[in-house]
Amino acid sequence: MNTYNLNYLVNSLYLIKPEITISIAIVILVLVDLIMDKNKKLLPFVSMIGLVVAGYFIVDQFSTNSFAFNTGSSTGMLVIDPFGNFFKLLIVLASAFIILFSVSSKEIKENLERHGEYFTLIFGMILGMMFMVSSADLIVIYLSLELVSLSSYILAGFTKQTLRNSEASLKYVIYGGISSGIMLFGISIIYGITGSTNLYEINSLIQSPQIQNLTFFLAGILIFVGIGYKISAAPFHFWTPDVYEGAPIPITAFLSIASKAAGFALLIRFIKITFIKSVDPEGFWHLLGIIDWKSFIIVISILTMTLGNFAALWQNNMKRLLAYSSIAHAGYLLLGLAVMSNEGIAAIIIYFAIYAFMNLGAFLVVMLIANKTGSEELDDYKGLGYSTPFLGVALAIFLVSLTGLPPTAGFIGKLYIFIALVDAKMIVVAVIALLNTVVSLYYYIRVLKHMFLDRPEKEAPAFSISAAAVALVVVMLTPVLVFGVYFTPLVDLAKNSVALMGF
Amino acid sequence: MENFPILSFITFLPVVGMLIILFIPKTQETVIKSLTLLVTGIQVIAALIILHGFNYSLGGINDPSSFQFIEKFKWIDITGFSWIGRIKVDYFLGIDGLSVTMVLLTAIVTFIATLSSWNISKSIKGYFLMFLLLDTGMMGVFVALDFFLFYIFWELMLLPMYFLIGIWGGPRREYAAIKFFLYTLLGSVFILLVMIGLYFSSTETLADGSKIFTFNMLSMMDVHNFTANGILSPLNPNNLRLIAYIALFVGFAIKIPMFPFHTWLPDAHVEAPTAISVILAGVLLKMGTYGILRVCYPIFPDITIKLVWFIALFGLINIIYGALCAMAQKDFKKLIAYSSVSHMGFVLLGMASLNTIGISGAILQMFNHGTITAMLFLTVGVIYDRAHTRGLDDFGGLATQMPIYAGFTTLAFFAAIGLPGLSGFVSEAFVFLGAFGSGSIRTLAVIGTLGILLGAGYMLWTMQRVFLGSLKEKWNKLPDLDFREYAMLIPLSLIVIFLGVYPSAMLNLMNASVNHMVKFMMDAKTVYGSLIGF
Repeated sequence: MNTYNLNYLVNSLYLIKPEITISIAIVILVLVDLIMDKNKKLLPFVSMIGLVVAGYFIVDQFSTNSFAFNTGSSTGMLVIDPFGNFFKLLIVLASAFIILFSVSSKEIKENLERHGEYFTLIFGMILGMMFMVSSADLIVIYLSLELVSLSSYILAGFTKQTLRNSEASLKYVIYGGISSGIMLFGISIIYGITGSTNLYEINSLIQSPQIQNLTFFLAGILIFVGIGYKISAAPFHFWTPDVYEGAPIPITAFLSIASKAAGFALLIRFIKITFIKSVDPEGFWHLLGIIDWKSFIIVISILTMTLGNFAALWQNNMKRLLAYSSIAHAGYLLLGLAVMSNEGIAAIIIYFAIYAFMNLGAFLVVMLIANKTGSEELDDYKGLGYSTPFLGVALAIFLVSLTGLPPTAGFIGKLYIFIALVDAKMIVVAVIALLNTVVSLYYYIRVLKHMFLDRPEKEAPAFSISAAAVALVVVMLTPVLVFGVYFTPLVDLAKNSVALMGF
Repeated sequence: MENFPILSFITFLPVVGMLIILFIPKTQETVIKSLTLLVTGIQVIAALIILHGFNYSLGGINDPSSFQFIEKFKWIDITGFSWIGRIKVDYFLGIDGLSVTMVLLTAIVTFIATLSSWNISKSIKGYFLMFLLLDTGMMGVFVALDFFLFYIFWELMLLPMYFLIGIWGGPRREYAAIKFFLYTLLGSVFILLVMIGLYFSSTETLADGSKIFTFNMLSMMDVHNFTANGILSPLNPNNLRLIAYIALFVGFAIKIPMFPFHTWLPDAHVEAPTAISVILAGVLLKMGTYGILRVCYPIFPDITIKLVWFIALFGLINIIYGALCAMAQKDFKKLIAYSSVSHMGFVLLGMASLNTIGISGAILQMFNHGTITAMLFLTVGVIYDRAHTRGLDDFGGLATQMPIYAGFTTLAFFAAIGLPGLSGFVSEAFVFLGAFGSGSIRTLAVIGTLGILLGAGYMLWTMQRVFLGSLKEKWNKLPDLDFREYAMLIPLSLIVIFLGVYPSAMLNLMNASVNHMVKFMMDAKTVYGSLIGF
């Protein structure tokens, strides 16, 4: 190994400072857990410090455009670019909130003796997701996906005493195992055809027409299956309602935001880098011949949102309802990709930034209610708006935002998706998506109906919420309301984050 | 006073009221009510100040320089890469002869509705919070000149209305509330889509000469601002303007409500508390027709000219169908609700005439219907509060028991029928004069006069059933009007009589704008014709 390569390795290590921070945090978490045997109070602090440091490093190198871990040619296994950094930042932010959720979650607190592994596994997931959003190599993609999956299987079954929890974990493992197997099959076919696992190299190889054959198309679809399962796109969504319902609420929230965001980042990078031919000045992508990704993703996204929305109409469990709602939102987000333009990616980024807050907020309120009542059934929400007006109003705002009504931020997210669609002249798709929004109103409003319109048989006992919980809810509420009327900073951030390395 | 942002003041005053009420403990019911009354009272005064300062000779409609009380600030301005364009949304308020009448109507009706809300007994604080939020939404729609802003205000009204019907309504309130919400949201998503389409088709020239896409409604009204290949640009031979127009029209028509999108209205009205019925009929229905006049007409004059016959046809169906439905009702409130459908048909018919008399009649009818229907719903509320029933067949002979009440009700009924000397007459007469004067829809107008006959039929029949005949034993304890009810009915009665005797007060207000709009629509024929070969 000559000095040049060693230098390059060291440079690469500099580029993955956030990931290294997370890895160190994992080690410290394990050590703290071992040393402070009975006292688990230190763990959340260590986690938060780790996340803050990682967050600092991400912001520090936000606009870097570089490859890391050179594979011999001019490309590398990892890509550090603004696009990836945005998603890393989102993941770190969501993780920080999840840590705070976990601290106040009753379910998690009841398993105090296993807190060490809980936080360690969360950090395992974070590490996996960070690699996921910056990987440019099929092997790294697969490894990071597995790291995320394996950690989340265990986390989903963390409160193993309850029956539905174990069921959730088992279902998750089976579905996850099958889809990652399918994905691996796709990867092996692509490697067989091209002889490379690097997305950039594959892209330059398939510029020649003889490789653009049906087998290659099928391999692309097989890989999509693996990612589609992570973002719970139909028809790979069947695990979502059961896992979301069974898992502890902080983990459900984590899966619905961070894991989905990482999946989307990976999907966008995979499709764009592998199949791109050129990007025109208008920002529209031209993909390589044989694979009509655009139509494929349009079909998947319409299927996903319609299925999610209609299935949600009949749900009586809040976690299940939010699970189907998150499937529907994956559908809207996929539309941003279906536009196949930079504008669409900007719309996805804006949507995610908003979605993180409103969805986390909704889960937070559901968790706070479940902490007290021990139930997530919609029937137990009757009269909640009167007994605990603060939580009632907060949940109402989050749900209205998820519906996408102004003046909440959810409207801005939807607006940008529709702007991208109309600009690409995909009017029919936009109409279908808008009609879906109207359908979604019904089930979100049903929750409001239970909270404010229905009176329970016996007066619901008012319960107190801790000041910390109130503060956390307010932290979630603020961006949902502020970005609804002033979204300039958000769009500026999105604009600066759409740049993918190389294109 | 010159630079005082009075439109922002009148729009956001209710929000200030909301914030104060938020910190008043909910046991202080009288304080909350009085504060709301104060806020809406100040709104009335502000509306009168606006009226006082209003220049009658300025047209507005599509001409930014002749709008009044303009407030224009940069709200959102995102400069970007070539592919994302520059997104600019202005906080742009202003009024012309069309909107000033609606601002006045909103202020008056909201004030009366606050008085009418006095006997709300459930969760007072929540009620008035929602009420004030609704107030802001309504005012905002009438003063916004930026499409984005307009849309936000438009949607802002949905949620409070849902709660106001859903929590404080009658037995089937939940059904009525969700039906209202789904229907209107369906309408507004169409509006949203057309808004985005228009955004990508029209540009605004900035001070530095650069052209950017815009949400500015006034820029969209100038055909020269359209881009060559925008999907809604008249310059693009493959444009989707007709489809967009229909989508936009349906979005507004749901609010009017125009047949066949009217089915939410009877449900919403029957279940809503009196005050909310008053607001719904008095202000919210006007937003549909206002939207058509403010957005559909000047932005799509080419399509409007082609489709006026259909607008008139639907107006006619509304008139006849609404009247026939009203005739079949046994519920007092449902009858008034269907009479609203019928009366809003007159507005559509007047608008379709595209001449000064017809459009003036339509706008005047919007104002008059707002005040008259408010009165009608209030009188229904009065009897329901006392008798706890609205069945028309349950009553009879009330004229002897409650003579003053009977007097006010008769006045409202006659105004609704269109008796000369009362405000309803003038606007209906103008609508028909206009419609007769316009060649294309004359036949429809002739049939439409049947509506007046039918209107007289069901109104007089209702009077007979409620007030004449022999008084039933169980109603001989009903007290006549109290002070609060006087306070609600007398101002409205005065307006109804005043505008019946001296309609010019209102007509002069809108005259310049209506003339301007008619001229604009007529010019559009040549302007669009020369551009795209009409």
